[in-house]
Amino acid sequence: MAPRIVVDPITRIEGHLRIEAEIDNGKIVDAFSSGTTFRGLEIIMEGRDPRDAWAFVQRICGVCTHIHAIASVQAVEDALGISIPKNADLIRKIMTATQFVQDHVIHFYHLHAMDWVDVVSALKADPKATSALGQSISNYPKSSAGFFTDIQNTLKGFVGSGQLGIFANGYWGHPAYKLPPEANLLAVAHYLEALEWQKDIVRIHTIFGGKNPHPNYLVGGMACAINVDNDNTINMERLDLVAREINKAMDFVNQVYLPDLFAIASFYKDWRFGGGITNYMSYGSLADNKVDNTKDAIFPGGVILNRNLNEVFDVDPRDPEQIKEVIDHSWYEYSGVEGGRHPWNGETKVKYTGPKPPYQQLDPAGKYSWIKTPQWKGQPMEVGPLARMLVGYARGNDTIKNSVDEALQKLGLGVESLFSALGRTAARGLETKIMVEQLKKYYDELLTNIKAGDSQVFEPSKWEPASWPKQCQGVGFTEAPRGSLAHYVKIENEKISLYQAVVPTTWNAAPADNRGQKGPYESALIGTPLADPEKPLEILRIIHSFDPCIACAAHIIDFKTGEPLNDYQCFY
Amino acid sequence: MKETFYQEMRRKGYSRRDFLRMCGILTAVMGLEASFTSRIANALQTKPRLPVIYLQLQECTCCAESFIRTAHPLFSELIFNMISLDYMETLQAAAGLQAEEAKMKTMQDNKGHYLVVVEGSIPLNDNGIYCTVGGRSAKDILIETARDSVAVIAYGSCATNTCVQGAHPNPTGAVPVRNIVSQVPVIDVPGCPPIAEVIAGVIAHYLTFDRIPELTRLGRPKAFYNHRIHDNCSRRAFFDAGMFVEKFDDEGAKQGWCLYKVGCKGPTTYNACAITQWNNGVSWPVKSGHPCMGCSEPGFYDNFPLYDHLAHIPGTAMPFEADKLGKWITGVTAAGVALHGAATGIIKRVDREPRKDEEGGE
Repeated sequence: MAPRIVVDPITRIEGHLRIEAEIDNGKIVDAFSSGTTFRGLEIIMEGRDPRDAWAFVQRICGVCTHIHAIASVQAVEDALGISIPKNADLIRKIMTATQFVQDHVIHFYHLHAMDWVDVVSALKADPKATSALGQSISNYPKSSAGFFTDIQNTLKGFVGSGQLGIFANGYWGHPAYKLPPEANLLAVAHYLEALEWQKDIVRIHTIFGGKNPHPNYLVGGMACAINVDNDNTINMERLDLVAREINKAMDFVNQVYLPDLFAIASFYKDWRFGGGITNYMSYGSLADNKVDNTKDAIFPGGVILNRNLNEVFDVDPRDPEQIKEVIDHSWYEYSGVEGGRHPWNGETKVKYTGPKPPYQQLDPAGKYSWIKTPQWKGQPMEVGPLARMLVGYARGNDTIKNSVDEALQKLGLGVESLFSALGRTAARGLETKIMVEQLKKYYDELLTNIKAGDSQVFEPSKWEPASWPKQCQGVGFTEAPRGSLAHYVKIENEKISLYQAVVPTTWNAAPADNRGQKGPYESALIGTPLADPEKPLEILRIIHSFDPCIACAAHIIDFKTGEPLNDYQCFY
Repeated sequence: MKETFYQEMRRKGYSRRDFLRMCGILTAVMGLEASFTSRIANALQTKPRLPVIYLQLQECTCCAESFIRTAHPLFSELIFNMISLDYMETLQAAAGLQAEEAKMKTMQDNKGHYLVVVEGSIPLNDNGIYCTVGGRSAKDILIETARDSVAVIAYGSCATNTCVQGAHPNPTGAVPVRNIVSQVPVIDVPGCPPIAEVIAGVIAHYLTFDRIPELTRLGRPKAFYNHRIHDNCSRRAFFDAGMFVEKFDDEGAKQGWCLYKVGCKGPTTYNACAITQWNNGVSWPVKSGHPCMGCSEPGFYDNFPLYDHLAHIPGTAMPFEADKLGKWITGVTAAGVALHGAATGIIKRVDREPRKDEEGGE
């Protein structure tokens, strides 16, 4: 067997991820992805009020803090047959777009950049040349030689103190770093700028949801009453603050994030590793009609097989033949039937067969992760920004197609170059630009609607449990920043009887199945050369390109196995 | 506070000349130009930044997300000028072995002088298999890291009251930090997550005054957890006047009235939300129109339903229960509101049985 290296913890992600990789001749020949936390929220959900569910499942993840709550209220609204008022829909869309923009920028600078940017090399940069570089790619005002000198001095003082803090023990000087010192200094400066900016854009969530992380939501709409003639409600001052943050976000994305992305990508465009599996899936995001399949959404839904962009299959999260979770290598067991299970019929029974901690290595021949293996028609799927852009591209969506073609032309690359770690990172940036423009559109629509005299944010008719069917079930599906997300709920006698979420990182970080189909992380690592196996920078680069979120992946919210109810039907 | 590197060298009998020579060598080793020597010398003579190890155990990272959003001090000021954040999985450059080595070095070099911040609970069931980092259980990691620290800040509701994973029936056997750490002081900073400026403020308090802040009897900093949400609520006047939101988006909601009847847990929740507010003072849950869910209080998830209110409010001068009070006062108020042509939502059911089992609070 080839020697195996273990990277645990994989840092600069959410949650606890462990990668074990077998190396032969300086190349990764096999890889295993293991989620090492489990919280078991499933049993906790049993018998709770479905109107409270969002508050529990929101805590699946504090990074994706908004989108789980949205999927949850949508699932309950789907089950109870509630359609929310236009204002509430627009406010939720504003909050969704806000989360994408904030999350993607944080990912690029604070979680991913140090895989491409050598912080210590920035000490050798010439601030004047850095200024010239900055001004050649963007009209961002903070790009004088003086600005970069100040940043460099801060960094020098920091490094000189011998207390390197978060930069301690990084792989500085690693041969896989390719940027000149000036580009490194530019990126470090914008790391700090982004850190300061991100705390402001979330204030959009605070206005409508009271706080961030973990803003508040409501089944049936939103709780933030609109009354432009009152001081304790959504009025013009509150809306102006939202507008101000949207404008700042547009500037930051257009003047900082995207220029940096292209500048950095241009130095790495020959590094084509990290492609992995060849199937891509999106549930679709920001559709006007959330119930039907979302072909015409801002980010259309669909499935691409074998990287064939000439054909897109429809995806339906409700279809038990399409979506199944298998547990061949996950620390669970299913009672009764073998094979995969649709979430409506899901089960989470722990069966830990791994080593007792402390341990050195996992046994990948057996079970080796808390993460299940979801599949579409028996095949693993990559989800996330790249999948969304590819599905949109293949569907012929004009905005997405133009955005991708323009980027490829700028970098002098063909479509095939998208199937890589860098393709994933680029797709995330292109998507952010589309999202920030949507953010502005939704805000304008909200104001137009309020101006027309509509101030309703909540649909009260199905609030009281007495108005609910005795038994019903619903699904809330959407796209989270990291990919396809669906929450499934069954309600019996006014209480939750089943709750399950199949989340983006479950798709991407999944272990293999018994037929030897590797998960997307694992597959993306195989074949990658490592310049120095002691310092596996390339592993971090590829794994980070997916933006892992392990608390999401391994929370597994379902609890009681129930016979599936007749889909689409509610029993009164 | 720990002595500086220079003070330590002098104490060990080295001369200033030895010290400066060492700085020159260090500069060369780090591959920096010679002009850097004086900067390094200066740094080694000044007070070292407080080393901080930030552990993430069984959690959702909402606390870390909140932490990086602090507006005063800015997070960058905090990590560049005030503390040395030597271990924090979410942000640190190093991974795997190198990350663990950075943590071990900080612990060895700063015995009795580093601060530990813990986000997350500790699952004890089944030998700790429900949360491992580097193949080791959360409990092992916490005990080892806390042992030689100056204090441990249990940051967020997971670390102080086990939050959502600890809700009934607590399947992984999650326990708070306080149950594991006994040999050093534990400061509880609850909330899901806590307000950014609160956690930054607790650390800054320690740095500025060289002592941990004064704590309430539940072990929380008095500066942030001494009063109930209800005591400082911007909608409090409406509570006292008996003017309640009866249903979301009703006329009361549109007037910004009290959210008690739609489930607000403000009367039994001790936190700084109403005063400090969120995200640099922009708003907070009750101001935005949603009831407080009591996320800083132990067992808050088992105090749901979220949208049902408490029967009694401990510690107020109110002689009546709000339900009964609301009945006649809303009647009066409704007459006024009706003048604006929108009385429909107001005169509403006041028949809910009081919940005898909820006389919680501290």
